[in-house]
Amino acid sequence: MKILVATEQFAGAWNKTSWETLAAGQQIAAETNGHLAALVIGKGVAPLADELASAKLDEVFLVEHDLLATYTPDGFKIALAQAIAEAKPDLVLFPHTYQVRDFAPQLAASLGKGMIGDCVGYRVENGRLIFVRQMFQGRTAADVSFEGAGPWFASLQAGAFRGDNVARGAAKAPVKRIAVKLEAAQIRTKPAERFQETKQAVDLTQAPVLVAVGRGIKAPENIPLAAQLAKALGGELCASRPICDEGWLPMDRQVGSSGQTVAPKLYLALGISGAIQHVVGMKGARTIVAINKDEHAPIFEVADYGIVGDIFEMIPAVTKELENTKA
Amino acid sequence: MKLLVCVKQVPAKDAPLAIAEGGNWIRETDIGFEMNEPDGFALEEALRLKEKHGGEVIALSMGPERAKQAIKEALAKGADRGIHVADDKFFALDPLLTARSLAAAIEREKPDLVLTGLQSDDQGSGQTGVLLAEILGLPHATLIMQIEVQAGGLRVKRELEAGWFQWIELPLPAVLTVQSGINKVRYATLKGIMAAKKKEIVTIARESLGVAPTATQRVERIYVPQKTKKTEFISGTAAEIATKLVEKLRHEARVI
Repeated sequence: MKILVATEQFAGAWNKTSWETLAAGQQIAAETNGHLAALVIGKGVAPLADELASAKLDEVFLVEHDLLATYTPDGFKIALAQAIAEAKPDLVLFPHTYQVRDFAPQLAASLGKGMIGDCVGYRVENGRLIFVRQMFQGRTAADVSFEGAGPWFASLQAGAFRGDNVARGAAKAPVKRIAVKLEAAQIRTKPAERFQETKQAVDLTQAPVLVAVGRGIKAPENIPLAAQLAKALGGELCASRPICDEGWLPMDRQVGSSGQTVAPKLYLALGISGAIQHVVGMKGARTIVAINKDEHAPIFEVADYGIVGDIFEMIPAVTKELENTKA
Repeated sequence: MKLLVCVKQVPAKDAPLAIAEGGNWIRETDIGFEMNEPDGFALEEALRLKEKHGGEVIALSMGPERAKQAIKEALAKGADRGIHVADDKFFALDPLLTARSLAAAIEREKPDLVLTGLQSDDQGSGQTGVLLAEILGLPHATLIMQIEVQAGGLRVKRELEAGWFQWIELPLPAVLTVQSGINKVRYATLKGIMAAKKKEIVTIARESLGVAPTATQRVERIYVPQKTKKTEFISGTAAEIATKLVEKLRHEARVI
């Protein structure tokens, strides 16, 4: 199988999920006795292509153009379609980033092909590739396979593969430049500079203990209850997206794909169901405690300690216990 | 402005899920359904755009007969009319076939703006909006947190990862996928619910849309995921659990 890993960078710096996707590409190539290539797209990104060439792979493609300096779905779709025509892969792998979600399904469809998005794993069965993805917000998994001829497209969830597992090559792989034809008139959207809404007031990534609240907290009046527990643990309070959307906690306390990614010593998930978008932001925590009334909540999949119960009974009980037993 | 919103009906958040015979979908009997929450934000945005700039809002949904309920909810909140693409086996469609079917229905309407939620809470592929743009030949932007109408098109605020944003200008007609939390969705009023009864829902059989049933992918089976971690469940009264938990965090996990 001929595999092409399409990496992502911004202003010459890697999106680190690129390396996770490369690690997956190496694994699939090894299992299928396949050919592995990686691609970097943008402008002024030759040093990144050179860095990729040190990994264990057969080939690196460099796609550069003035009109690719800033990401647009039209520009990336048109350029990558040409690169794919030249590289002729059977399988194109992407990291499942916001940017990939914005253009990759469109790229696949423009070639009449489908994409299996947000995969968390894969299996090779009798030479057939099966991807595993989550459905129903992580409550079920699904085995999904491609129908028809390639190229096939798939994107991989952040954290599903380990970027530090990328094997280095014995020798540098050749870097091949692919010239693409792209006109300014083909790009229909005009993006402005990126910006951050507010300066992050709290850096959740530095907190050793995080107490996180989800929909189960029910009302803003109940937030202080969780805040008290966070205080007793010497930690910070954070939340899943719906809580910040409601304005019950500021946006800079959001953990998940659209908020911060954290890896504290202890993470207490209170009334959080465990939707993928939240779990990707916290599954790296050393110890995870989940309290939820629904015993089937996907949060228990990643929890070390699980308590099936009412958070409004459990939060005061745990707070009291901590205060009573304080050394 | 002619606005078209795609709304999907999905199992209710607290619905107990059981795998159906055949193994590639859930058992639909005895569970409740609701409008896909992300689509509710898209609908609200469409209603606000209509209130500000005039025009009409069309709600489009594909699925079995029950999917009409999601359209009725949209009509009760203020959408003007509905289109139901009827298909009992819609869940077996892949994202591309789903989008091709919806696009065929949308093409008949020629809306100025198509809105979708960012993803569905059931299959969660998050591809429909982007695929609609490709099939309809329209520009698009995803994960939108604000929409402004300006001369020659739209100016929209797109959410990037880790707290970053970006403004994007694009011409109309266009497709936008809306990020959850963009607005506060309204509730249907009794008056709205009564008014909705008089609004039109046109049903189109999916097979009549002329979309070739060539799938690009297939869900072989769905199942309860295997645990990656061994979870130790603690039980007892609240006080007993608290004692055991604090003990374990102090002396077993040693994290406090």
